[in-house]
Amino acid sequence: MKQSKSFFDLRKITESKIFYPTVALFLILLFDLIIIPGFFHLEIKEGHLYGNLIDILRNSAPTIVLAMGMTLVIATGGVDLSVGAVMAIAASTACIMLNPNLIGLKLADVTKEADPTYSASPLLLVFLVPLIIAGICGLWNGILVAYGRIEPMVATLILMIAGRGIAQLVTNAIKIIIYNNTFLEIGNGWVFLLPFALYIAAFVFAIAWFITRRTSLGLFIESVGINSRSSFFSGIDEKKIKLFAYVFCGICAGIAGLIAVSSIRTSDANEVGLYFELDAILAVIIGGTLLGAGGRFSLFASAIGALVIQATTTSTLALGVPASAIIAVKAVVVIVVIILYSRQVQDFVRKIVGQTKPMESKS
Amino acid sequence: MVKTDNTILTAEGIYKSFPGVQALENVDFNLNKGEIHALVGENGAGKSTLIKALTGVERPDKGAINFDGKEVSIKSPQHAQEMGISTVYQETNLCPNLTIAENILIGREPMKWGSIDWKTMNSQAKDILLGLDIDLDVTQTLGSCSVAIQQMAAIARALEITSAKILILDEPTSSLSIHETQQLFGVMKKLKSEGMAIIFITHFLDQVYEVADRITVLRNGKLVGTYAPSELSHLELITKMIGRTLDELDDMTKLKLESSHHIKKEDLLETKGLGRAGSIEPFDLTLHAGEVVGIAGLLGSGRTEIAELLFGIEKPDSGSINMDGKTVRNYSPIDSIDRGVALCPEDRKVEGIVSDLTVRENIILAMQASLGWFKRLSSAEQYEIADKYIKLLNISTPSADQPVKNLSGGNQQKVILARWLATNPRLLILDEPTRGIDVGTKAEIQKLVLSLAEEGKSCVFISSELDEVLRTSHRIVVLRNKEKVTEFSGEVGERKIMQAIAGSEKS
Repeated sequence: MKQSKSFFDLRKITESKIFYPTVALFLILLFDLIIIPGFFHLEIKEGHLYGNLIDILRNSAPTIVLAMGMTLVIATGGVDLSVGAVMAIAASTACIMLNPNLIGLKLADVTKEADPTYSASPLLLVFLVPLIIAGICGLWNGILVAYGRIEPMVATLILMIAGRGIAQLVTNAIKIIIYNNTFLEIGNGWVFLLPFALYIAAFVFAIAWFITRRTSLGLFIESVGINSRSSFFSGIDEKKIKLFAYVFCGICAGIAGLIAVSSIRTSDANEVGLYFELDAILAVIIGGTLLGAGGRFSLFASAIGALVIQATTTSTLALGVPASAIIAVKAVVVIVVIILYSRQVQDFVRKIVGQTKPMESKS
Repeated sequence: MVKTDNTILTAEGIYKSFPGVQALENVDFNLNKGEIHALVGENGAGKSTLIKALTGVERPDKGAINFDGKEVSIKSPQHAQEMGISTVYQETNLCPNLTIAENILIGREPMKWGSIDWKTMNSQAKDILLGLDIDLDVTQTLGSCSVAIQQMAAIARALEITSAKILILDEPTSSLSIHETQQLFGVMKKLKSEGMAIIFITHFLDQVYEVADRITVLRNGKLVGTYAPSELSHLELITKMIGRTLDELDDMTKLKLESSHHIKKEDLLETKGLGRAGSIEPFDLTLHAGEVVGIAGLLGSGRTEIAELLFGIEKPDSGSINMDGKTVRNYSPIDSIDRGVALCPEDRKVEGIVSDLTVRENIILAMQASLGWFKRLSSAEQYEIADKYIKLLNISTPSADQPVKNLSGGNQQKVILARWLATNPRLLILDEPTRGIDVGTKAEIQKLVLSLAEEGKSCVFISSELDEVLRTSHRIVVLRNKEKVTEFSGEVGERKIMQAIAGSEKS
């Protein structure tokens, strides 16, 4: 029997990974529409689109980028707790490359340090080197998990703790203010009405989608996550697959680190990417990939998951809740997600949708 | 249906469906006090579903269940247990690191001064087991006991929780030795004489005839009938289970004879002193194209170890493999696949299927692995391959997009076979390809092996069922204690092989 392609096939829609995150996002926005006057107000100022919706998109960019890498790691049955710390390492590296004077290395022209066009190293390297270092961080995690057979939670905890220390060492524990205009564009620039960071997120999404869905990597990742032993017996090199996922996740963390540090204009090894690993993991879970079990994943659903988190944050702020209390609101989101994905609710939804009609079996 | 005062449970017109399958359709079942009632059928016949409906794990879509004279609706396994329906599942859900006594009385330990009264607990547990005619030290940890004892402990626990009126045993003997099985039957007969109603599910038909008072046969979710063992011969029972006669099995002999003419002279693969310490002693083995080589031996004799060495799951620490006259250097599954070797592993659930992936994805998995990351099969190609093998192997699934976990065991096994046939191997190693699957599918797989040999493929056929090895193999290698003992070619009697397996020390 061929699967029906009808758009109104309710069962297919509810069983899609995109269903729950989209419903969640829709509900949050509906809430905003009713409760917060002017939440949807958009205006164009100096060729930039402004408004709460744009804020959500812009601020979710680092989380979306992180969630792409995290999705692959979680799909292999692992988790990466170190992404926040890797963000800090990447950010610190970029900053000292822009201006090593600030940490006392008198390598460059001291008089130019606040010059918006000044960079001590070629700009291309300022972007590339942090990403390479982030990739090496991912490699370290991957080797521990895939070849060292260490529990992912424990293996990545090492770098989560050590990473911030490394970032502190890199910057000599000094907060570095960024003056370079080009670098600041990453987190603050606009292209065609929309924030530049959003384009970066879209680009990373496209890359992640391409390497998983246009090659056989996505299938291998899912297979390894569901049953790594069977995958090994089928000729899949599960270690290599896991290693790749962690390296990719590390590079994503590097990109997210550059976006984050650029938008806050200051590199503080203790602040950049703090708690971002939790947002990234939460985004992936909202996107329906099973933490711990791995398997089936949807990058698009994870990206919507990231938007759900940011929409929650922005709405809460718009309501006037103090920023420090937002973590408590996120906890509520976690609880709702757990309930939504529980077996009881899933069974209930299935019952409403009425999937009891059995498919005819071929005999 | 005969109803007597003796009836403890009746189920009438039970229906249950799952996505893609009508698991039970209008099934009637009745159970008397003091009887052992065997429930038989192929895999996917609906035995487990019926049990789940009776024990509250699943709610039937339609139908009535009467227990002890009253119509009941069983809400949950706990509810079933409270009513007096106790179940011991295939895999016992006990804690191997606790003692036997703790396992039996867990959750209801006798207390004294706010802590567990160990002395009373141990003596209580001992009494319970004595009630089953089992006398042993209840303070040893369960994990150190034989599977049979663990099974007994599970039964003792099931009986202890409530005053059970019905005991359901789901494949209790599948991992027991002959002696242990007898021990279990002793317990079952004792319980029966005390008035207990026992539902006994098994694949072993000899055991059905040995203990059962009545036999209920299910096929494809429908009731075939309930019979007394005396009115039903072995052959009739099998016919009822699979719905066709066993002529097909006789055809096998002919097929085998024909295919033996196709065996090529040249060697496909040759091992010289291949071995791995602790797994298998060094052995020499030559495989020809178009030949089926059977491997016979007891569990743990090194059968699986040979398969894993040949396929590169484990690396040898002595000897070498020659394939096409060249010495093999790289041992890993992917290298083996590239050489044209395939392994259908022993443990279907752990090493075979990838449960959440679809039938299509499972079938193309090994082929895709050998193509690598960048040569992805398009969906059109994937469907084409999947549909081809679904048809060829007669895999019963609603569609190629069904998750493989929704299929019955036999069909899952066919999916794994399809996965390997898709890689177009020259040597196919089958490790217990027919374990736990129904008679009909077994015959299909055995026939398939012979027809593959006829196409010029070489097969290594490993099975713990000797008659199956005899039926399919042109040559038989016998293993004992992780060592290749001997090799038979041509027609050999079962007896001769048995003697080789048992070894000379057997008087």
